[in-house]
Amino acid sequence: MTGTLLFFGGLAALALWWLSRQGLGTKPWLETGALGDVPVRGTPVPAAKIGLGMFMAVVAMLLVLLLSAYSMRMEMADWNPPPQPALLWANTTVLVLASVALHRAVRAVRRGRRDAAASALLVGGGASILFVLGQLLAWRELAGAGYLPANNPADAFYYLITALHGLHLVGGLVALGRTGTKLRRAPLVRLQLSLELCASYWHFLLAAWIVLFFTLAFSPPLDWLVALCTAPLR
Amino acid sequence: MSELAHGAGGPIPAAEVPEMELPHPHGWWTTYVFSQDAKVIGIQYSLTALAIGMVALVLSWLMRLQLGFPGIFSFIDPHAYYQFITMHGMIMVVYLLTALFLGGFGNYLIPLMVGARDMVFPFVNMLSYWIYLLAVLVLVASFFVPGGPTGAGWTLYPPQAILSGTPGRDWGIVLMLLSLCLFIVGFTMGGLNYVVTVLQARTRGMTLMRMPLTVWGIFTATVMALLAFPALFVGAVMMLLDRLLGTSFFMPTLVEMGQQLRYGGGSPILFQHLFWFFGHPEVYIVALPAFGIVSDLISTHARRNIFGYRMMVWAIVIIGALSFVVWAHHMYVSGMNPWFGFFFATTTLIIAIPTAIKVYNWLLTLWRGNIHLNVPMLFALGFIVTFVNGGLTGLFLGNVVVDVPLSDTMFVVAHFHMVMGVAPVMVIFGGIYHWYPKITGRMLDDTMGKVHFWVTFLGAYAIFFPMHYLGLLGVPRRYHEIGETSFVPASAQDLNAFISVVALVVGAAQMLFLFNLFWSLRYGKDSGPNPWRATTLEWQTPETPPGHGNWGRELPVVYRWAYDYAVPGAEQDFVPQNQPLPAPTHIAKGEATA
Repeated sequence: MTGTLLFFGGLAALALWWLSRQGLGTKPWLETGALGDVPVRGTPVPAAKIGLGMFMAVVAMLLVLLLSAYSMRMEMADWNPPPQPALLWANTTVLVLASVALHRAVRAVRRGRRDAAASALLVGGGASILFVLGQLLAWRELAGAGYLPANNPADAFYYLITALHGLHLVGGLVALGRTGTKLRRAPLVRLQLSLELCASYWHFLLAAWIVLFFTLAFSPPLDWLVALCTAPLR
Repeated sequence: MSELAHGAGGPIPAAEVPEMELPHPHGWWTTYVFSQDAKVIGIQYSLTALAIGMVALVLSWLMRLQLGFPGIFSFIDPHAYYQFITMHGMIMVVYLLTALFLGGFGNYLIPLMVGARDMVFPFVNMLSYWIYLLAVLVLVASFFVPGGPTGAGWTLYPPQAILSGTPGRDWGIVLMLLSLCLFIVGFTMGGLNYVVTVLQARTRGMTLMRMPLTVWGIFTATVMALLAFPALFVGAVMMLLDRLLGTSFFMPTLVEMGQQLRYGGGSPILFQHLFWFFGHPEVYIVALPAFGIVSDLISTHARRNIFGYRMMVWAIVIIGALSFVVWAHHMYVSGMNPWFGFFFATTTLIIAIPTAIKVYNWLLTLWRGNIHLNVPMLFALGFIVTFVNGGLTGLFLGNVVVDVPLSDTMFVVAHFHMVMGVAPVMVIFGGIYHWYPKITGRMLDDTMGKVHFWVTFLGAYAIFFPMHYLGLLGVPRRYHEIGETSFVPASAQDLNAFISVVALVVGAAQMLFLFNLFWSLRYGKDSGPNPWRATTLEWQTPETPPGHGNWGRELPVVYRWAYDYAVPGAEQDFVPQNQPLPAPTHIAKGEATA
C-alpha cells in the first residue's frame, strides 16, 4: 500500500496547496457586506476541464490501487509473472503516436485549421484503435502460450490491468468519435475545448500505460521505496 | 425575497459566473422522470434511498425477531439470518446513507446554497441517478434469484464469500458485486458534478469561506468518496473474476469437503485492505455531510452564528484527510505487524481531536442561544448526544489491546450503530424536517414529528445501550443463535428480547414519519418562502418550491457569510446572505471580538 499512500499524499498536498490559496484564513464574520470585499476571480477555467481533471484523479487512484495490490502480491514467495510479449513495445509506440497526433490536432484547431485538425484526429483515433487491437493480440499470444487468467494471480493481474486500461481508452474513443462528428459544424471555441479534453485524457492514458507497462514488464523491486517510507518506524 | 436579492443597493449583475445553458424540459417525462434538474434528481435519489432503506429496516426486524425469540420463527434459518444481516448492512451503509446524503441532499442543496442555476453537467447528473436506480434494482433482484442474496456479511470477506457453504454463493454474490460496481460508476458521475459545481458555479461573492457548512461537508465527503470508492471497485471486480473466471486474486489454496479446489495463491488479506481502504473513509463520507447539516440546523434554530466557523471548516478538511490513514484499525485481529497496529491506533485516536473541536463548537453555538426546540433542532441535538456516545466507544475500539477481546462482539455492533447508524439518520430526519418546506412549500406536521423524534431517540438508546453490555459479556455478533454458553448468563436472553421489542416499536415510528411525508404534502401548513427565517441562499429563491433554474432572471449576489443571526442593530434577527445593506460596522466588529 506504500504506492497508494504516496499517491494519496501527493493528492492531499495538491489539495492543501490549492486550499491555502483560497483564503481559508479569512474571517468571514468580519466581512460586512460591501461588494468590494469580494475578491474577483480570474478567467474561469471551463468546468469540463476541471471535471476531466477530477475524473483522471479518480482513474489514477483506481490504477494505483491495482498496482498496490499487484506489488503486495508480488512479495509472496510463489510469484511467477508471465513473459511480456514483444508486441507490447509496438503497442506503446502506437499509443505515443496517438497522443502526439491529438496534440497536433489541438495545435491545428488553435490556429483555426479544421482540415489539419481532422487529419490529426483521424491519425490519433486510428492509432488508438490499433493499440486496442494490439493489446488483444498480445492477450491472444499469451493465452496461446498457456498463460490464462485462472492459472495464477500474476497472469490474472496482467489481464485485469491491461483490460481496465484498455476499457478506459475505449471510453475515450467514444468521446473522440463524438468530437469527430462535430468537426465540421461546431464553433471553433467548442471544438478546441473538446480536442483539448481528448488530448489531455490521451496524455494521461499514455502516462498511465507507461507506468503500468514498466511495472508489468520489469516488476521493478520497490524495496528501497518501502524501506525509505518505513524508516521512521524502525 | 427576490427584492432583497436584486432591489436594494442598485442593480449589481452577477457577472462573475457565466450564465449556463439549461436543458429545458419539454413535457411530463422530461420534467418529472428523465429530468436533468438537480432538484428533481435529488428528490429521486432521496425517495429511492428511503424505499430501499425500508427494505433494510424490515430485514433488521427479522434479525431482531430471531435474536430476541430464537426458535420461534422457523422461516429464519441460519442461511436466511446471514442473508438478512448482509443485506441490511450493505443497504444501510451504501444504498441508503451514502446515496441520501450525497445524491439526495447534495443534489438538492448544492446548487441552491452556492447560488447556481443547476449542476454543471446536468445530463451526467441524470445518468448518475439512473445508474444508481439500476444498482438498486440489481441488488433487489438478488432476493429473487435461486439461492437468494449473499450471506457473506456486509464486509464480503473472501474466501468464504464465494465458497459453497455461504448462502447466495451462486447468484447472490455476483449480483451484489455487480450492483456495487454500478453504484460506484453512478456515484462517480454524480460526485464529479457536486465537486465541480462547488468549484466553478458559485455565484458572485460566494467565496469558499462564505459557504454554509452543509456545502463544505458534502463537498469534502464527495472528494473523499471519489478517492475511496475505486478501492471497493477494484476489490469487487477482482472478486467477481475470482467467482466467475476462476482467477485467484483473493483465493488461497483450499480443500473443501475433501476436495482440492482449483483456486491457489490468492491473498484474502489483500481484499481486507482494499475493502477497508474504502470502508473507513466511508464512515466519514456519511459523517461529514451530517456534521455540516447539523451545524446549519443548530445555528438556524438557536439563532446564533456558528461558533468557530474557520475551525469547523478546517476540522472537516483534516478529518477527511486523516480518515484515509486509519483503515487497518478494522483489521487488528487479521494479524499484522505490531508497528502497524501502533501506527493505526495512533492515527485513529488523532481523529478524535478535530472531531472533538466540532462537538465543542456545536455546544458553544448553543450556549446562551435562543434555542427553538422544534423538530429539526430536536434531531440535531439528538445527533450530538448520539455521536458523542458512539465516538467514545470508538476510543475503546481504536486501541489494539481493547479491541482484540471486544472484536466481533455485540459491543462493536452497538458502537457502529450509534456512531454511523443512528447519528447520521438523526441528521437525515432533521434535514428532511428542515428543508421539506422549501421542497414542497408545506410544513411537516409538528405533532407527528415530535412523536417520531422521541420514539426514535429514546428507542435507539433502549436498543443500543444494553447492546454494549451484551458485548462486554462476550455475546458474539453474527450468530444466528448462541444457545447454551457458559460465559453468557441466561438473563442476556431477556435483554435480547427487550431490545427486539423496542426495535419493532422504533421501526413502526418510521412508518409514522413516512405517513407524515405524504400527509403533509396535501394537508401540511403553508410554509411561505422562509419559515425558519434562515440566512442561506436556498431560502431566498424567488419561488417556493424553487423553479427551473432556481433564481429567476438574475443570479443572487452574496454579500456576507451564512451565519448572520441575531446581529445587533439589524432589523431582523437574521440577515440573508444576499442582503447588501451592511450591518453597522462597529457592532459587527465588536461581536467578532466578543
